[in-house]
Amino acid sequence: TDYNDLYCLFTLVQFTKAGQFFSSGHTNNWAVLVCTSRFWFNYRHVANTLSVYRSVKRLGIPDSHIVLMLADDMACNYRNPKPATVFSHKNMELNVYGDDVEVDYRGYEVTVENFLRVLTGRLPPSTPRSKRLLSDDRSNILIYLTGHGGNGFLKFQDSEEISNMELADAFEQMWQKRRYNELLFIIDTCQGASMYERFYSPNLMALASSQVGEDSLSHQPDLAIGVHLMDKYTFYLLEFLEEVHPASQANMNDLFKVCPQSQCVSTPGHRTDLFQRDPGSVLITDFFGSVRKVEITKDTINLTSPVEPPIQRSGSGDIQIESLTYVDQLPVAEIIHQKPKQKDWHPPDGFILGLWTLILLVFFQTYGIKHLKHIF
Amino acid sequence: MNERQWQSTDVEVNRSDGTKNSETFTPAPAKDQFQEELVIRPLHSGDIYASFQFRTLWDTDFLQEGQKKVSHYRLFPKSLGQVLSKFSVQELHISFTQGFWRTMQWGQPFIPSPPGAELWVWFHHTVSDVDGNWKELTNVLSGIFCASLNFIDMTNTVQPSASFKPLGLGNATDHRFLRYATLPREIVCTENLTPWKKLLPCGSKAGLAVLMKSEKLFHSSFHSQAVHIRPICQDEQCTSKAWELRQTLNVVFDHYTSGQGKKEWSLFKMFSRTLTEACPLASSSKVYVDITDNPELFELSPATPLLSQAVVLGDRRTYSVYDLTRAETFGQLRSFNLLLRWKGDNMLRPLLHAERYVAGFGLQTGEIHTVIYNNHPYRAFPVLLMDSVPWYLQLYIHTLTVTSKSRDNKPSYIHYQPAKDRHRPHLLEMLIQLPPHSMTEVTVQFERALLKWTEYTPDPNHGFYVGSSVISALVPSMVAMSTNFTQDQPLFSSFVPVKEESSYFVRVYTEPLLVNLPTPDFSMPYNVICLTCTVVAVGYGSFYNLLTRTFQVDEPSPPLAKRLANFIRRIRGVPLLA
Repeated sequence: TDYNDLYCLFTLVQFTKAGQFFSSGHTNNWAVLVCTSRFWFNYRHVANTLSVYRSVKRLGIPDSHIVLMLADDMACNYRNPKPATVFSHKNMELNVYGDDVEVDYRGYEVTVENFLRVLTGRLPPSTPRSKRLLSDDRSNILIYLTGHGGNGFLKFQDSEEISNMELADAFEQMWQKRRYNELLFIIDTCQGASMYERFYSPNLMALASSQVGEDSLSHQPDLAIGVHLMDKYTFYLLEFLEEVHPASQANMNDLFKVCPQSQCVSTPGHRTDLFQRDPGSVLITDFFGSVRKVEITKDTINLTSPVEPPIQRSGSGDIQIESLTYVDQLPVAEIIHQKPKQKDWHPPDGFILGLWTLILLVFFQTYGIKHLKHIF
Repeated sequence: MNERQWQSTDVEVNRSDGTKNSETFTPAPAKDQFQEELVIRPLHSGDIYASFQFRTLWDTDFLQEGQKKVSHYRLFPKSLGQVLSKFSVQELHISFTQGFWRTMQWGQPFIPSPPGAELWVWFHHTVSDVDGNWKELTNVLSGIFCASLNFIDMTNTVQPSASFKPLGLGNATDHRFLRYATLPREIVCTENLTPWKKLLPCGSKAGLAVLMKSEKLFHSSFHSQAVHIRPICQDEQCTSKAWELRQTLNVVFDHYTSGQGKKEWSLFKMFSRTLTEACPLASSSKVYVDITDNPELFELSPATPLLSQAVVLGDRRTYSVYDLTRAETFGQLRSFNLLLRWKGDNMLRPLLHAERYVAGFGLQTGEIHTVIYNNHPYRAFPVLLMDSVPWYLQLYIHTLTVTSKSRDNKPSYIHYQPAKDRHRPHLLEMLIQLPPHSMTEVTVQFERALLKWTEYTPDPNHGFYVGSSVISALVPSMVAMSTNFTQDQPLFSSFVPVKEESSYFVRVYTEPLLVNLPTPDFSMPYNVICLTCTVVAVGYGSFYNLLTRTFQVDEPSPPLAKRLANFIRRIRGVPLLA
């Protein structure tokens, strides 16, 4: 009947809406945020990275899922007139550094090698968990890079560079090792679009602040701090993200419209041909927010009584325990009469070996083997 | 409604009576306790020194064999407990400091620390591979404290032979189990304070830790946060061990930048917060204010009848005590704000003081001078000087001189371990007797090494840091120190165990040195290639042309009319025009 058809149509519509909700296919979110510039006059790059960090934390990604790499310290830099703060706007409205920040790689640790190792997961075994990108094949990863760049490269700390081919290969390694479900790559440097030209792995979406041949410009200087505080693209990106909340339905097409040429002077670019879904159906919170699996239950749970402390050994009273003492901090008499440390025996070094070989050679040459039995 | 039974996994003992486990909940006996205190000491220059100490005591033994692994953590942070048991650490001391402690202006700190990061660890005597454990421990700690401690490796680790004796219980003092390293360049900022605060039982939500706001703490002359873990006596008889975790934070607020030039401070001015409650998990929560000097010229509000006297750093000092576990401390406003005003000059003249600087000129050689002052009028005492110099400053130990009062002073003990390029730093330890009221100077010459071009940092023109020297001394005390090491003493006077009453142990750190190494011009390879190629192209190219070029006469092309005429003539088969 008509009503039945209408009912089926209604449920079908509801199902597609619900289906869309779960269509992204990811179960956890990670973010890798990198600032590659050193020195006080590159304050704005650190402010850029920290603004994205702040937005990503606000939308739900926890610190354990964020790898934050800052190449220099601006907040506690001796030149900062307001220590422990990094501002994004010239009226010092927003302190993007905050009170609860965890930087995983800082200072000299931000190198091309460490960045690629974090992406591909090839870290030395003693690396702590907070410094690893422990993503799996159901992870959506956001990668944000900022610094000084050029046509096909990004400069790390004024001493080395990463090329667009290296980055594309790293992403391919990640794909082959199934380290991501979908990846959003944002770069805010001069000629940023050149960095995503060479990507060839599936499920990658990329955004850049300027095209090849264009420079990304900085936003405003602050007269009290004395440097430029943010780059234009990230400033408008931050403004856009401040409007987004965890339940927001804003999609990628809105993100592509951030900072048109009238505001940014450079032309932001994007690349979606490697991405399988339509950008209009991809939510911002798929990458910037975090999916949390919540299971609601109405069952009551009974807790058994807690762990029993282990029973003390019954024979402890009989054994005479000698009382322990503290060590003398500066035992002068003991130090003066200290015996020289026994050095561990090492096999003779190369020079000694060579010297002895020479002596033996000369010896055998002079006397010959057959004469040896007369000597010994 | 379903009922789910959650079984606890660690039950070892089977209940013999077989009763059901759903009766009254009996909590496990509390074997750990937490104490917090804040000491405020006004300094004579108008600055103010605040020292926080948080102590967690736990009667358990991570390292005892035969006992099953500890898995229930209450007040003691689990991250540190797991690190201690995995690496068999007997004692751990780590500190992060921003700024340099000015002994002449501020006196002696309660807990000294050098600028940058310092880590020294005593491993248990059962460890077989100390170096491997050390390497992994530094990596794990770099993750816990968000610091680049993974830069600690064999090139900046030393094994002191006489300094850094264990501060806790221990009978094995074989120095093969000790490792010491400093990173003088390490920056301290909010990202180091955040995980440090998270180790506290109450976090930064209740108790004294609410005062720790990074915007105020880092806007200071000196900021140092440290974690000290060691085994101590559980009671007077000292038959069993307890683990002690002390987290300390020392900060000196500057009179001019934060104080607006007045010798008037309050908790709100220092920390932009007031105290509203003690940490509910703390067994004691106290604020001490040093009011020893000039009681008439000193104003303190709110007034308190509680006074306490303590002998600390060889001097008897009087403190006003505020107990935060009592509700009346907070008054009617439920908020506790301390106000201090003083006019006098309460200078504690330090008996031991040291300086260090680099002399010389140029980028090839130099001289390190360490100057130690003994300000005691009639007593001489020995000090142990420990210097750890990186391998790229090649020390000439034959030029080492120690002079006191312009006479040679021969140390009674010298331990020197030479550096190995790219492997080990220099280690120099000397026991020097300082004559009374004198200045002792230790000088040693060095030569700067040229590093391989890949070994330079990204900002090599900043210079390279040499870690602070450590001077450990037993300074004669004016007042008899108490050797009774019980748990009732305030925390700030019970950090270092006292063995004899007539002297106290003190550690003084000198300044770190910033030394310029000969730095190549890193743009040189690019410039050389451009210049060479240009010279080769211009020089060789023109020379080649000169030798091999041949000249040909080339007739200009004829005008259009002539070309047309030639064309017609060619068709006709008639000879062409010239």
